[in-house]
Amino acid sequence: MIERFLATFRLWFAPQRLQQEGSTPDYRFSLANERTFLAWVRTALALVAGGMAVDQFLTGMVWGVRTTISLALLAGGALCALRAVNHWVRCERAMRRGEDLPATRFPALLGTATALAALLVVAAVLLGRAGS
Amino acid sequence: MSTPYGAEAADERDRGAQPERTRLAWRRTTLAFAVAGALGVRSVLDGARGPSAYAVAATSALVWLCFLAVAHRRIHTLSADPAGPGAGRAVRWATGCTLALALLGMLLLA
Repeated sequence: MIERFLATFRLWFAPQRLQQEGSTPDYRFSLANERTFLAWVRTALALVAGGMAVDQFLTGMVWGVRTTISLALLAGGALCALRAVNHWVRCERAMRRGEDLPATRFPALLGTATALAALLVVAAVLLGRAGS
Repeated sequence: MSTPYGAEAADERDRGAQPERTRLAWRRTTLAFAVAGALGVRSVLDGARGPSAYAVAATSALVWLCFLAVAHRRIHTLSADPAGPGAGRAVRWATGCTLALALLGMLLLA
Protein backbone atom coordinates (compact mmCIF):
# COMPACT_ATOMS: atom_id res chain seq x y z
CA MET A 1 0.00 0.00 0.00
CA ILE A 2 2.67 2.50 1.09
CA GLU A 3 4.98 1.21 -1.62
CA ARG A 4 2.27 1.72 -4.23
CA PHE A 5 1.62 5.23 -2.96
CA LEU A 6 5.33 6.05 -3.18
CA ALA A 7 5.45 4.75 -6.76
CA THR A 8 2.57 7.09 -7.72
CA PHE A 9 4.13 9.93 -5.72
CA ARG A 10 7.38 9.62 -7.70
CA LEU A 11 5.38 9.92 -10.93
CA TRP A 12 4.04 13.31 -9.76
CA PHE A 13 7.47 14.80 -10.28
CA ALA A 14 8.67 12.73 -13.23
CA PRO A 15 6.56 13.30 -16.34
CA GLN A 16 9.12 11.55 -18.52
CA ARG A 17 8.77 8.33 -16.50
CA LEU A 18 5.04 8.37 -17.16
CA GLN A 19 5.72 8.44 -20.89
CA GLN A 20 7.79 5.26 -20.64
CA GLU A 21 4.72 3.31 -19.51
CA GLY A 22 2.67 1.44 -22.12
CA SER A 23 1.58 3.23 -25.28
CA THR A 24 0.19 6.71 -25.94
CA PRO A 25 -3.64 6.72 -25.96
CA ASP A 26 -5.85 8.69 -28.38
CA TYR A 27 -5.12 12.33 -27.54
CA ARG A 28 -8.82 13.01 -26.97
CA PHE A 29 -8.74 10.82 -23.85
CA SER A 30 -5.68 12.62 -22.55
CA LEU A 31 -7.34 15.99 -23.16
CA ALA A 32 -10.49 14.81 -21.32
CA ASN A 33 -8.26 13.75 -18.40
CA GLU A 34 -6.62 17.20 -18.48
CA ARG A 35 -10.03 18.92 -18.32
CA THR A 36 -11.07 16.75 -15.37
CA PHE A 37 -7.85 17.80 -13.63
CA LEU A 38 -8.68 21.46 -14.31
CA ALA A 39 -12.22 21.00 -12.95
CA TRP A 40 -10.69 19.68 -9.70
CA VAL A 41 -8.28 22.62 -9.60
CA ARG A 42 -11.28 24.96 -9.86
CA THR A 43 -12.91 23.10 -6.95
CA ALA A 44 -9.70 23.59 -4.98
CA LEU A 45 -9.62 27.29 -5.92
CA ALA A 46 -13.26 27.73 -4.83
CA LEU A 47 -12.38 26.27 -1.42
CA VAL A 48 -9.29 28.52 -1.13
CA ALA A 49 -11.32 31.60 -2.12
CA GLY A 50 -14.01 30.56 0.39
CA GLY A 51 -11.41 30.27 3.14
CA MET A 52 -10.02 33.74 2.36
CA ALA A 53 -13.56 35.21 2.16
CA VAL A 54 -14.53 33.78 5.57
CA ASP A 55 -11.46 35.37 7.12
CA GLN A 56 -12.08 38.75 5.48
CA PHE A 57 -15.86 39.11 5.61
CA LEU A 58 -17.14 37.27 8.70
CA THR A 59 -15.43 39.77 10.99
CA GLY A 60 -18.38 39.74 13.42
CA MET A 61 -17.49 36.19 14.41
CA VAL A 62 -15.32 35.18 17.35
CA TRP A 63 -11.68 35.01 16.18
CA GLY A 64 -11.25 31.31 17.02
CA VAL A 65 -14.35 30.13 15.16
CA ARG A 66 -13.62 32.26 12.09
CA THR A 67 -10.01 31.10 11.88
CA THR A 68 -11.00 27.44 12.32
CA ILE A 69 -13.56 27.59 9.48
CA SER A 70 -11.10 29.46 7.27
CA LEU A 71 -8.28 27.01 7.99
CA ALA A 72 -10.54 24.02 7.28
CA LEU A 73 -11.54 25.47 3.90
CA LEU A 74 -7.94 26.32 2.95
CA ALA A 75 -6.72 22.85 3.97
CA GLY A 76 -9.57 21.34 1.95
CA GLY A 77 -8.44 23.40 -1.04
CA ALA A 78 -4.86 22.18 -0.71
CA LEU A 79 -6.09 18.58 -0.39
CA CYS A 80 -8.23 18.98 -3.53
CA ALA A 81 -5.23 20.28 -5.49
CA LEU A 82 -3.08 17.32 -4.40
CA ARG A 83 -5.81 14.86 -5.22
CA ALA A 84 -6.25 16.55 -8.63
CA VAL A 85 -2.65 15.85 -9.67
CA ASN A 86 -2.69 12.38 -8.10
CA HIS A 87 -5.84 11.37 -9.98
CA TRP A 88 -4.51 12.84 -13.23
CA VAL A 89 -1.31 10.80 -12.94
CA ARG A 90 -3.19 7.59 -12.09
CA CYS A 91 -5.69 8.01 -14.95
CA GLU A 92 -2.92 8.80 -17.41
CA ARG A 93 -0.95 5.73 -16.33
CA ALA A 94 -4.03 3.47 -16.48
CA MET A 95 -4.82 4.70 -20.00
CA ARG A 96 -1.25 4.09 -21.15
CA ARG A 97 -1.29 0.57 -19.71
CA GLY A 98 -4.80 -0.15 -21.04
CA GLU A 99 -6.11 -0.78 -17.51
CA ASP A 100 -9.44 0.26 -15.95
CA LEU A 101 -9.53 3.85 -14.70
CA PRO A 102 -8.81 4.02 -10.94
CA ALA A 103 -11.79 3.83 -8.60
CA THR A 104 -11.93 6.68 -6.08
CA ARG A 105 -13.72 7.56 -2.85
CA PHE A 106 -12.75 11.22 -2.92
CA PRO A 107 -15.92 12.67 -4.57
CA ALA A 108 -18.09 10.87 -1.98
CA LEU A 109 -15.85 12.26 0.77
CA LEU A 110 -16.08 15.80 -0.57
CA GLY A 111 -19.87 15.50 -1.05
CA THR A 112 -20.37 14.26 2.51
CA ALA A 113 -18.15 17.02 3.92
CA THR A 114 -20.09 19.67 1.96
CA ALA A 115 -23.43 18.29 3.18
CA LEU A 116 -22.16 18.24 6.79
CA ALA A 117 -20.95 21.84 6.48
CA ALA A 118 -24.35 22.92 5.11
CA LEU A 119 -26.13 21.18 8.02
CA LEU A 120 -23.81 22.92 10.47
CA VAL A 121 -24.70 26.30 8.97
CA VAL A 122 -28.43 25.45 9.16
CA ALA A 123 -28.01 24.51 12.82
CA ALA A 124 -26.06 27.71 13.52
CA VAL A 125 -28.76 29.86 11.88
CA LEU A 126 -31.59 28.07 13.70
CA LEU A 127 -29.84 28.47 17.04
CA GLY A 128 -29.33 32.14 16.27
CA ARG A 129 -25.64 31.91 16.94
CA ALA A 130 -24.43 32.92 13.50
CA GLY A 131 -22.33 36.04 13.58
CA SER A 132 -22.27 36.28 17.36
CA MET B 1 -25.25 -0.99 -41.60
CA SER B 2 -21.71 -0.29 -40.50
CA THR B 3 -21.60 3.32 -39.29
CA PRO B 4 -24.61 5.62 -38.77
CA TYR B 5 -25.03 8.38 -41.31
CA GLY B 6 -22.90 11.39 -40.44
CA ALA B 7 -20.99 9.58 -37.70
CA GLU B 8 -17.70 10.09 -39.44
CA ALA B 9 -18.30 13.81 -39.84
CA ALA B 10 -19.31 14.03 -36.16
CA ASP B 11 -16.12 12.22 -35.16
CA GLU B 12 -14.13 14.71 -37.20
CA ARG B 13 -15.90 17.62 -35.49
CA ASP B 14 -15.23 16.08 -32.08
CA ARG B 15 -11.54 15.92 -32.89
CA GLY B 16 -11.59 19.60 -33.71
CA ALA B 17 -13.65 20.54 -30.64
CA GLN B 18 -11.45 18.72 -28.11
CA PRO B 19 -8.49 21.17 -28.09
CA GLU B 20 -10.91 24.11 -27.98
CA ARG B 21 -12.76 22.69 -24.98
CA THR B 22 -9.45 22.13 -23.24
CA ARG B 23 -8.34 25.66 -24.11
CA LEU B 24 -11.53 27.09 -22.60
CA ALA B 25 -11.08 24.91 -19.49
CA TRP B 26 -7.64 26.47 -18.97
CA ARG B 27 -9.13 29.94 -19.49
CA ARG B 28 -11.89 29.54 -16.95
CA THR B 29 -9.51 28.02 -14.44
CA THR B 30 -7.30 31.10 -14.88
CA LEU B 31 -10.37 33.25 -14.20
CA ALA B 32 -11.22 31.27 -11.06
CA PHE B 33 -7.60 31.72 -9.98
CA ALA B 34 -7.94 35.48 -10.56
CA VAL B 35 -10.95 35.61 -8.19
CA ALA B 36 -9.12 33.73 -5.44
CA GLY B 37 -5.96 35.78 -6.04
CA ALA B 38 -7.95 39.02 -5.88
CA LEU B 39 -9.17 38.02 -2.42
CA GLY B 40 -5.54 37.54 -1.41
CA VAL B 41 -4.67 41.01 -2.73
CA ARG B 42 -7.73 42.49 -1.04
CA SER B 43 -6.39 41.48 2.38
CA VAL B 44 -4.22 44.64 2.49
CA LEU B 45 -7.41 46.71 2.59
CA ASP B 46 -8.09 45.36 6.09
CA GLY B 47 -6.42 48.06 8.18
CA ALA B 48 -5.84 45.72 11.11
CA ARG B 49 -3.24 43.62 9.29
CA GLY B 50 0.48 44.23 9.54
CA PRO B 51 2.99 44.89 6.77
CA SER B 52 3.24 41.14 6.10
CA ALA B 53 -0.15 41.43 4.36
CA TYR B 54 1.56 43.45 1.63
CA ALA B 55 4.00 40.63 1.01
CA VAL B 56 1.12 38.13 0.84
CA ALA B 57 -0.82 40.40 -1.54
CA ALA B 58 2.15 40.84 -3.85
CA THR B 59 2.91 37.11 -3.84
CA SER B 60 -0.75 36.30 -4.60
CA ALA B 61 -0.58 38.51 -7.67
CA LEU B 62 2.71 36.90 -8.73
CA VAL B 63 1.34 33.37 -8.30
CA TRP B 64 -1.64 34.30 -10.47
CA LEU B 65 0.67 35.70 -13.14
CA CYS B 66 2.60 32.43 -13.00
CA PHE B 67 -0.62 30.45 -13.51
CA LEU B 68 -1.57 32.74 -16.40
CA ALA B 69 1.80 32.04 -18.05
CA VAL B 70 1.44 28.27 -17.54
CA ALA B 71 -2.07 28.30 -19.05
CA HIS B 72 -0.91 30.46 -21.93
CA ARG B 73 1.98 28.14 -22.75
CA ARG B 74 -0.23 25.07 -22.59
CA ILE B 75 -2.82 26.68 -24.90
CA HIS B 76 -0.04 27.59 -27.30
CA THR B 77 1.25 23.99 -27.37
CA LEU B 78 -2.31 22.69 -27.83
CA SER B 79 -3.04 24.94 -30.77
CA ALA B 80 0.22 23.92 -32.44
CA ASP B 81 -0.48 20.19 -32.15
CA PRO B 82 -3.21 18.71 -29.91
CA ALA B 83 -1.52 15.31 -30.06
CA GLY B 84 1.86 16.86 -29.24
CA PRO B 85 3.63 16.93 -25.87
CA GLY B 86 1.34 16.00 -22.97
CA ALA B 87 0.05 18.25 -20.23
CA GLY B 88 2.50 16.84 -17.65
CA ARG B 89 4.43 20.05 -17.03
CA ALA B 90 1.40 22.32 -17.06
CA VAL B 91 -0.46 20.00 -14.67
CA ARG B 92 2.40 20.10 -12.16
CA TRP B 93 2.86 23.86 -12.36
CA ALA B 94 -0.89 24.47 -12.03
CA THR B 95 -0.97 22.30 -8.89
CA GLY B 96 2.04 24.14 -7.46
CA CYS B 97 0.39 27.54 -8.02
CA THR B 98 -2.86 26.37 -6.38
CA LEU B 99 -1.00 24.97 -3.37
CA ALA B 100 0.96 28.22 -3.07
CA LEU B 101 -2.26 30.25 -2.97
CA ALA B 102 -3.72 27.97 -0.27
CA LEU B 103 -0.51 28.47 1.74
CA LEU B 104 -0.72 32.26 1.30
CA GLY B 105 -4.30 32.14 2.63
CA MET B 106 -3.04 30.30 5.70
CA LEU B 107 -0.30 32.90 6.19
CA LEU B 108 -2.99 35.59 6.30
CA LEU B 109 -4.61 33.80 9.26
CA ALA B 110 -1.45 34.00 11.34
